[in-house]
Amino acid sequence: MEIVTSEFFQRALIGGLLIGITAPLMGFFLVLRRLSMIGDTLSHVAIAGVALGFIVGVYPIAMGLLFAIAASFAIEKLRKAYKAYAELSLAIIMAGGIGLASILFTAGDSMMDVNSYLFGSIYTLDNVDLYTIGGVTAVVLIVIISQSKELFLITFDEEAASVSGLPVRFYNVMISVLTALVISVAIKIVGALLVSALLTIPAACSLIIARSFKQSLMTVIAIGEFAVIAGLLIAGVWNLAPGGTIVLLLIALLLILLLVRRGFRLGG
Amino acid sequence: MSVIKPNNRAAESCHNEVISVDRVSFSYQQKLVMQDVSFGVKERDFIGLIGANGAGKTTLLRMIVGLLKPSAGEIRLFGQPVQSFKDWDRIGYVPQKNALNPQFPATVREVVLSGLYGRKNMFRRLSKAVQSKADDALDAMGIIDLSDKKIGQLSGGQQQRVFLARALINNPSLLILDEPTVGIDSETQENFFHMIKHMHQHHNMTFLMVSHDMEMIRGYLGQEPAASAGKLKFYIRHSHDTQDCVESNLAHSLKGLRARMESGREVVTVGDRY
Repeated sequence: MEIVTSEFFQRALIGGLLIGITAPLMGFFLVLRRLSMIGDTLSHVAIAGVALGFIVGVYPIAMGLLFAIAASFAIEKLRKAYKAYAELSLAIIMAGGIGLASILFTAGDSMMDVNSYLFGSIYTLDNVDLYTIGGVTAVVLIVIISQSKELFLITFDEEAASVSGLPVRFYNVMISVLTALVISVAIKIVGALLVSALLTIPAACSLIIARSFKQSLMTVIAIGEFAVIAGLLIAGVWNLAPGGTIVLLLIALLLILLLVRRGFRLGG
Repeated sequence: MSVIKPNNRAAESCHNEVISVDRVSFSYQQKLVMQDVSFGVKERDFIGLIGANGAGKTTLLRMIVGLLKPSAGEIRLFGQPVQSFKDWDRIGYVPQKNALNPQFPATVREVVLSGLYGRKNMFRRLSKAVQSKADDALDAMGIIDLSDKKIGQLSGGQQQRVFLARALINNPSLLILDEPTVGIDSETQENFFHMIKHMHQHHNMTFLMVSHDMEMIRGYLGQEPAASAGKLKFYIRHSHDTQDCVESNLAHSLKGLRARMESGREVVTVGDRY
């Protein structure tokens, strides 16, 4: 248990707790807008940015962020070209991101540890990482709290939002940019391959239990925090991969909720 | 029945054009969907817009509320061109029900309150006054008991009332309804029409309603279309008290709408047999 008191573990816990707030919150809005797969897509592109950052010697998370933002605009453009098959744009951009990343991983004599960005390396968070995650969390919380009513209207009924004079396009861009921010900082914590779980599974759980929009926002955060704390403890004690443990815990929780609901239905 | 008006200007002032569509055409992917359509909706008119699927009803509505741009012609709302129109809280819009997601995690009250979330109404906090507006709208639609239920738990007819309450929460003077009764059983439809007829007669509201089937409301709007444009047919009925100019600019408050409606039910039903 002495791992819990070690400095690297406590850094991991702080980083995890912060990302456990922002990722599920942004994910909730993505799921409601039927864009669940966007998290996966952006994280695969961001990983290419991270790799480039290592090669050219720029802070990798910042480079990842630039790539993710560029990708979110590219997705919007492609979505317009294939209106009836919108998810096609996600598949294309995701493939492009992985392709680029695989070239950059093997190019040059980069010192990058590929595994740590694919599967996360929460134990190696440094102060700069924590400040970045803290900043992103503050931005996401301020925007979501101050704009919660507008975000409600846009996710519930985009047409009515547009009719009532809300600048829908601005909000769409804002959601994309915030998502890109969250994903870029989350990559180091849970890894590019697992980011999407932290975005979407809390939302999937809240759709089962929450009875209102406000409750849903609370629920996704509670579930995200629970998974991060429990996941880190379990991973620390049994020496498991922390990112994977968090994700499997989330899936276990989802399965339990589904079973309980089924039980209720059969019983009631 | 026509009345000779001694003062033409006064008469005009309570016949302000709420919507004017002037020689509007619309093409989608080089295909002409609508050509040279013109019509006007005056204050307190009830306009039923009927046409088969593909006749361009929804396209026309979407142009009126600014969601689509006409390829040619001009649309004005309350005298202003749609592009520069800002007073959106004067308009209640009920979109087609199947455009909305019934599994959305929100309560009836949250949905109704979202009618206030437009640009002009960025309430930072949900004040008491705002909550009581929601109460009035919920009560007017007879769904106040359902306010804490999840929207997905309601029947189609109840959901339709929720969307109507949301459109009414701003006390709009113009209500635009896009196929409001699709997928609702006939008894519920009848109640729904009773409600909107009452609002038209007694609340000085103007209505534009689109449908592919107007059997239910034909009795109210008359058997013959007042105008037609391409495959679109327009049925019109003016409000009972059209000549009464005094209160013409303000819609009545929602408060007590249901009580007045219940008490006036018989009269309205008898008056409906045309």
